[in-house]
Amino acid sequence: MADRERLVNIALALIVPACALAAYGMGEPFYVTLATRIAILALAAVGLNLALGLGGLVSFGHAAFFGIGGYAAGIFATHAFNQTPLLASPVVIMATSQMPVIWLVSAVVAGLAALLIGLISLRTSGVYFIMITLAFAQMIYYFAISWPAYGGEDGLSITMRNSFPGVNTLNPLSFFLIAYGLLLLALFAFSRLRDSRFGAALQATRQNEVRVASIGIRPLRIRLVAFIISGMITAVAGALFADLNRFAGPSMLSWSMSGELIVLIILGGTGRLFGPVAGAILFVLFEFALGGLTEHWQLFLGLILLAVVLFGRGGLIGLLAGKVRHG
Amino acid sequence: MKRIAAAALMAGLTFAGQAMAEPVKIGMITTLSGGGAGLGIDIRDGFLLAINESGNKDIKVIVEDDAQKPELAVQIADKMVQSEKVDILTGIVWSNLAMAVVPGVVGQGTFYLSTNAGPSALAGANCNPNYFNVAYQNDNLHEAMGNYANTANYKKTFILAPNYPAGTDALTGFKRFYKGALAGELYTKVGQTDYATEIAQIRASGADSVYFFLPGGMGIAFMKQYSQSGISTPVMGPGFSFDQDVLGAIGDAAIGVKNSSHWSKDLDNAANKKYVAAFKAEYKRLPSLYATQGYDTANLILSAVAKASVKDKDAFRAALKEAKFDSVRGKFKFGNNNHPIQDIYVREVIKEDGVLTNKIVATSFTDHQDAYAASCKM
Amino acid sequence: MSSALLIEQALNGLQFGVMLFLMAAGLTLIFGVMGVINLAHGSLYMVGAFACAAVAAYTGSFWLGLVASLIAAAAAGAIVEITVIRRLYNRDHLDQVLATFALILIFSEGTRWVFGSFPLYLDIPKVLQGAISLPGGGQYQLYRLAIIGAGLIVAIGLYLLIAKTRLGMRIRAGESDREMIGALGVDIASLNTIVFALGAALAGLAGALVGALQSVQVGMGEPVLILAFVVIVIGGIGSIKGALAGAILVGVVDTMGRFLLPQLFALFMQPSQAATAGAAIASMLIYIVMAFILAVRPKGLFAVNA
Repeated sequence: MADRERLVNIALALIVPACALAAYGMGEPFYVTLATRIAILALAAVGLNLALGLGGLVSFGHAAFFGIGGYAAGIFATHAFNQTPLLASPVVIMATSQMPVIWLVSAVVAGLAALLIGLISLRTSGVYFIMITLAFAQMIYYFAISWPAYGGEDGLSITMRNSFPGVNTLNPLSFFLIAYGLLLLALFAFSRLRDSRFGAALQATRQNEVRVASIGIRPLRIRLVAFIISGMITAVAGALFADLNRFAGPSMLSWSMSGELIVLIILGGTGRLFGPVAGAILFVLFEFALGGLTEHWQLFLGLILLAVVLFGRGGLIGLLAGKVRHG
Repeated sequence: MKRIAAAALMAGLTFAGQAMAEPVKIGMITTLSGGGAGLGIDIRDGFLLAINESGNKDIKVIVEDDAQKPELAVQIADKMVQSEKVDILTGIVWSNLAMAVVPGVVGQGTFYLSTNAGPSALAGANCNPNYFNVAYQNDNLHEAMGNYANTANYKKTFILAPNYPAGTDALTGFKRFYKGALAGELYTKVGQTDYATEIAQIRASGADSVYFFLPGGMGIAFMKQYSQSGISTPVMGPGFSFDQDVLGAIGDAAIGVKNSSHWSKDLDNAANKKYVAAFKAEYKRLPSLYATQGYDTANLILSAVAKASVKDKDAFRAALKEAKFDSVRGKFKFGNNNHPIQDIYVREVIKEDGVLTNKIVATSFTDHQDAYAASCKM
Repeated sequence: MSSALLIEQALNGLQFGVMLFLMAAGLTLIFGVMGVINLAHGSLYMVGAFACAAVAAYTGSFWLGLVASLIAAAAAGAIVEITVIRRLYNRDHLDQVLATFALILIFSEGTRWVFGSFPLYLDIPKVLQGAISLPGGGQYQLYRLAIIGAGLIVAIGLYLLIAKTRLGMRIRAGESDREMIGALGVDIASLNTIVFALGAALAGLAGALVGALQSVQVGMGEPVLILAFVVIVIGGIGSIKGALAGAILVGVVDTMGRFLLPQLFALFMQPSQAATAGAAIASMLIYIVMAFILAVRPKGLFAVNA
């Protein structure tokens, strides 16, 4: 069974870049953009999957990290474009439009936010955890809406997509490859993490907290680290998403964004390595295909999601590779 | 992959088949689902009415729903520009969606005609030759009401708006022309639906009038609660809080309220009479501001198509800028920043044959231009 | 600032809180008995408002509309329980979140399909129009007082139902041990349907009552839903008493925050800036309060299974 999952994973890993390349070759840049969107949403969901799939931490507030990344990209791009300093006093800090720096900043800021949110939220569990993470995301959402300096509800337009050393990021295929490269990196990190001692401990805290505590591991610390890493990965995806859309705004922080990230994971298969990739492919294609058909497309999207939860347990990966291991 | 190939093939076929007739492809991204759907549906219906009336078979309109989500709007815009290869994009209702979509679209050389949103950022320093606003600059209606408040001899107005950029812009616009003192200035939570707290403060402030900008459901809730609270202080608002799409939901509480608009159903010109009758006949309801903006936008495009080929960007741009079409607003022209220079009226809500609607009672501005035009270098 | 204004604002806070309680009571009851997170609770609120507005417009009677809202929401709740929720009892919260998230999409678009895209009209009934005088010279709207009254009656009714009736006994038993009451021969399936329909009817009632004050439109349920979740989490999930305390706390804190914070900021800032900064903090205030309470008491104020 595990072999079949590996085959499915390889197929999924190949299909996205294959489609992107083919679309690029046929002069259809929009489909490259669509593939990029899949890669970025999958990256965000890989982050969430770490907390949710491995740690059992159902965060209903990951939009907070996604939005932090988006705003980091937006704010840097705006300052870099206008050549105004990020911070004028006490020391002058100039903005850069270099993506690696922006990713780093996104990850660090989101990591700090995750540390604060996690310290309070992780004391709770179950529904309380779901709701408190939602509450923190809402806090940041309302802050973003009413904070005039960076556009408030209008958000921030990114006039020039941020740059990457040696690559023309305005070329859709190059930008896709950057996003896809990061996705593969995150997937690799996820799989290493899952099979490490830390990953084993994390999964153990999900299954039996008391037993973990009794062998001298502190569940809170394990979860906190997982939550922070998870937030950091999602934030990098947020930065890429803002660059893709040339826009960052409060909608990236909204509760329905958090909901969509969860949807991606369940569609693909919770806790599965390639679950987020499969989920992102399905979700983006549904949205794309249904949107053109009827103005009531959200009704049908709802029905499809409902059918997946009720009848398609284990998501797409579960369907293709069978229900293996709950490890 | 098959789909992409098929789409490419179809695109090829349509171009081959109609190469002689010079097809014009228009993409419309608007809000057709969720709470704000009424506005998008009106824009679409008004737009399509004009296109159908023209009988021009070379114009193809593709309509898609943005669900009021900026990210989705951007995705659809990319699809329409890069894949469907539309010549013109239009339809967006909300400023935040326009800010996400417009800079990228016009940057790729496609024309964008705004049917509603007119954020200040696109009217001033970031104006663009390919961006035309056929509706209004966001501040316009508020400025008109500030001006009217002086005429009405109000000395102590209480003003309130949601706490986001459009809200602060609205109140800034009002204050730009209003000369009296403020009894109070309040910013409410976005999406707030209970205004008891604010109404109590208005009552306690001793204001002689109230001006509010609360779009959509927020405005309906405010107006109902305001009238239920029994305050008699007169209320003023921008036209979109008292237009055909929401008046039914506010009910008789709206009667007598003064509001500002660049269009009204009773504007006395032939184009408007024909339009109102045609809209009623086609859709069995009265047209709103949004429908009118959609209708005017379509007629502007039709007038430009008749003059120049849409493939000849410079000629087409010049034809748009000329704005030689029968606007239902009576007169219409573009300023240097491609935003309208137009009259803005004060209307009063009345009940006519059992239906709530508006009639013009005064003209607040003649040939009014927005405050940002000067900073547009174009 | 006069004391009359302060009293009026306190009443506004109370009224807002009571309205939240109607939403939160159903939510917390459903969670307590079935262990289900129902994100679609806001949709049931919307169903109630639309039913009331449609029937009131057709018959001209708000009261018939109110009855219709209870029936429509309860029926919608029962149908949802039987077709969807029933399959989710033994699943984890994740599946419940996704399924009820999907239900929101279905309800919203379905409602729009049936009722059209424009907001509906609903006014307060004739007998409750007008205001009464408050001690201190202020005035308060009769209808809002009636909402407070209705909320308190529902609170007492729920207490009696749960503490004194046979159904209440089963609900309490269900909250403490689901398997056991099944083994004792109680028909859990119909108990669940009844509880779900009861919670839905309360949401529908809230929707109808508030629909007369606000705009009856698609999407009206989601902002209230999130607040209702804040309420039950603060109060302790599964506790009706907690829901009442949490609702009034959230109602009063939110109202007073909106009222007082801008004035507080005006003491040391320019009026315009104070207005925006005050409003910004006020909109975040209840979430800050919630985080603070959960930091001190991770299971809420009235934790059920502490």
